[in-house]
Amino acid sequence: MIRTVLPLIALALLAFVPFLVSDYGLGLLIGAATYVTLASAWALFSGQTHYISLATVAFYGTGAYTVAVLNEALPYGAVLLCAALIGGAMALIVGLSTLRLRGVYFVIFSFGLAELVRQLITWYEVNVTGTLGRYIFLEITSRQIYWQMLALGAATIALTAWVNRSRLGMALRVIGDDETVAAHSGINLARVKIIAFVLSAVILTLAGAITSPRYVYVEPSIVFNPTISFLTVIMALLGGANRLWGPALGAVPLFLVFEWLSSNFPDSYPILLGLLFIGVVFLFPSGLIAQAETLFRGRKEAKE
Amino acid sequence: MSFLEIENAVKQFGGLRAVDDVSFSLERGEIVGLLGPNGSGKTTLINLISGALPATSGDIRLNGMQLTGLRRDRIARAGVARTFQLVRILPSLSLMENVMITAVFGRNTHWGDDAKRVAMDALDMVGLSARATAAAGDLTYIDQKRLELARALAAEPEILLLDEWLAGLNPTELSEGVALIRKLHQGGLTILMVEHIIDAVRALCPRVVVMNSGQLIADEATDAALSDPKVISAYLGGDVDA
Amino acid sequence: MLTTTLILGLVLGGTYALLALGLTLQYGIARIMNLAYGELTLVSAFVVVALFQNLGISPLLMLPAVALCGYGVGWLLYQVMMRPLVKRSGSSGRLEVDSILATFGLLFLIQGILLVVFGANFTSISYLDQGVNILGVSVALNRLIAFAICVAAGAALVLALKKTKWGLVMRAVALAPGSAPLVGIDVNRIARQGFALGSALAATAGASISMYQTFSATDGVVFTMKALVIVIMGGVGNVPGALAAGFGLGLLETFVATAIDPGLTLAATFAIFLLVLLWRPQGLFGARS
Repeated sequence: MIRTVLPLIALALLAFVPFLVSDYGLGLLIGAATYVTLASAWALFSGQTHYISLATVAFYGTGAYTVAVLNEALPYGAVLLCAALIGGAMALIVGLSTLRLRGVYFVIFSFGLAELVRQLITWYEVNVTGTLGRYIFLEITSRQIYWQMLALGAATIALTAWVNRSRLGMALRVIGDDETVAAHSGINLARVKIIAFVLSAVILTLAGAITSPRYVYVEPSIVFNPTISFLTVIMALLGGANRLWGPALGAVPLFLVFEWLSSNFPDSYPILLGLLFIGVVFLFPSGLIAQAETLFRGRKEAKE
Repeated sequence: MSFLEIENAVKQFGGLRAVDDVSFSLERGEIVGLLGPNGSGKTTLINLISGALPATSGDIRLNGMQLTGLRRDRIARAGVARTFQLVRILPSLSLMENVMITAVFGRNTHWGDDAKRVAMDALDMVGLSARATAAAGDLTYIDQKRLELARALAAEPEILLLDEWLAGLNPTELSEGVALIRKLHQGGLTILMVEHIIDAVRALCPRVVVMNSGQLIADEATDAALSDPKVISAYLGGDVDA
Repeated sequence: MLTTTLILGLVLGGTYALLALGLTLQYGIARIMNLAYGELTLVSAFVVVALFQNLGISPLLMLPAVALCGYGVGWLLYQVMMRPLVKRSGSSGRLEVDSILATFGLLFLIQGILLVVFGANFTSISYLDQGVNILGVSVALNRLIAFAICVAAGAALVLALKKTKWGLVMRAVALAPGSAPLVGIDVNRIARQGFALGSALAATAGASISMYQTFSATDGVVFTMKALVIVIMGGVGNVPGALAAGFGLGLLETFVATAIDPGLTLAATFAIFLLVLLWRPQGLFGARS
């Protein structure tokens, strides 16, 4: 009971915060909400299955680009729907062709996917439409963007909670441990992986679509920035990718640290980013939540 | 029509015929030993039946249903459960979850309390129910083997394929293991077991099939097979035709 | 027209093959999927250019030193960064994921350092760029030299792996890291050597790329991607396979760039990559498992 009520109260409080903060504060809120959503959506697929996807920005950028292309042609709701459909279709194609691959091959493919999508869009824009950048003029306030992102993030965490308790979640956990056992136990590997991958990708695409009005000017090298994939992975790992609240727990502090670093040390930002990432991999291999639990249990056992 | 029918099964790896035109069948409720020297194709045959490898040619039918060509998960849901020669457990899940998965995704697709009950019964059968909530990664080797068997049982299978499940047990554990398999057989389960421990085979299986170099060289009563010159020379490395 | 494509393609392919040799050694022998591989190449390219521009040292003369430094850097990287991960993962499959993540971090670290030190601009030097006539096609001398370096390094490596005892040990570790200790092989030492040798090749490739290609601090990812594609096409740990696939990719890219559209070369690379992954994940030249 308390597990449902507490998050709902927190959500209601978070929805009121924009009335209390400055524009700069609101920008931070949007950024934090975006990364909570991205990291949670990433973990929905990669957290349990251990299929490390470095393709987050392929979907995020596709979402943003969809809005850039369609924002004048269709009403906003229809644009979001299109973005979700395109992201889902892309994930389905990628999933059908690559999820049969073993771990490292999948990582490599996802690593290049964002670059491929970026190159294809650039090529298409330059050769077919003749423009590279596009402007997004939508009458959407920052507060509205924040509320949309908050809702998407909350929906992602709620969906993850539901998946974790469902047969799908159980199948994903088994796949993460041993695919051979999973198959011989009656789990349809391809179907389970594709469902989770598509769910995750649709959310990532929507996140890109919702934040896109904040860019105003969109071009492939901006919205397909690989740093976004990178940040998403490190945040989910820091908190614990196989825990419900892990990605959110990792996303908020790291986002704030990155914001601070990028405004104070713009030149050495990538260096610090790399060091932080390596630090997380070495110091928190199973995530903060799991490590705190082990520590706590260890203390308790030592006392007994 | 027999319960499990294997007809002219062939598995070719490049130039090697790991399973070479093997045919035999099992009746419902039968327990049969699958013998043969190392590398004779026993595990490959188990892999063909369970779908881990696609057969190059031939037919395998369970209860009249064609298994060849089906995916592993479809074969599992058709009622084929197996253990692995090198034991495979899910280290990050609890014993209960390890066993529950086949109840959930197997033939009868249980869920919730129903699945827990099936899993608990299976754990009980192998003597692990007291530790249902422990993490599987912490188990000893023998307990991992027990857990793997419990997982196969929770599938409520039509047929159980055991790939050297008794290997590596000490004498006490071995007699417990033999008693456990006997109990499963007496409960009506059809079992095909790859086994090297001849005493266990003698105690459990009235009938054996013997493979050598991919071919079936004997399919007869256990006592007859163990004194069959073809079988003896296969084990001793002599010429099969001698 | 066809001869031009063929010759230019082979010359480009030579660099790619050299690039991929190091990665195939690192992944095949040390089991480290090094996503920062392209960055190591870039570091070498930048250093060579800087020394050439400031001190006037000829890139060709620098090659042995570059290769040696590459070996040292690889040795150090393995010892400091990879070894703890190898130890931690034990026999479980975690090393693959851990090494990918750690080197992903390394990628940003090195890229950041390059940006700070050398800036974000494109860099190129003119060095031995007079044309040489080959079968009626004019090819820049520096490209031919890069090609020769690749052929020499590739042939030396193939021979060393095939004919020497050291090569036998390397191949044993690549094939069966689990059983190699049973015959008295120090897997850790061999893995370190494999990784260091891979870095030496990355540095050599970087030096030869610096002689003729324009590059910037953010190009490492592209080098890594191309090397990865070649490694997988050739079969992981398969040196002749990587050479052949490197030439193949060079030909393909040159063909797509001249016959279809230069903007689609990466897309074509990817299409091939995907086809190989789906059709023969063990590589075009790998043995069927």
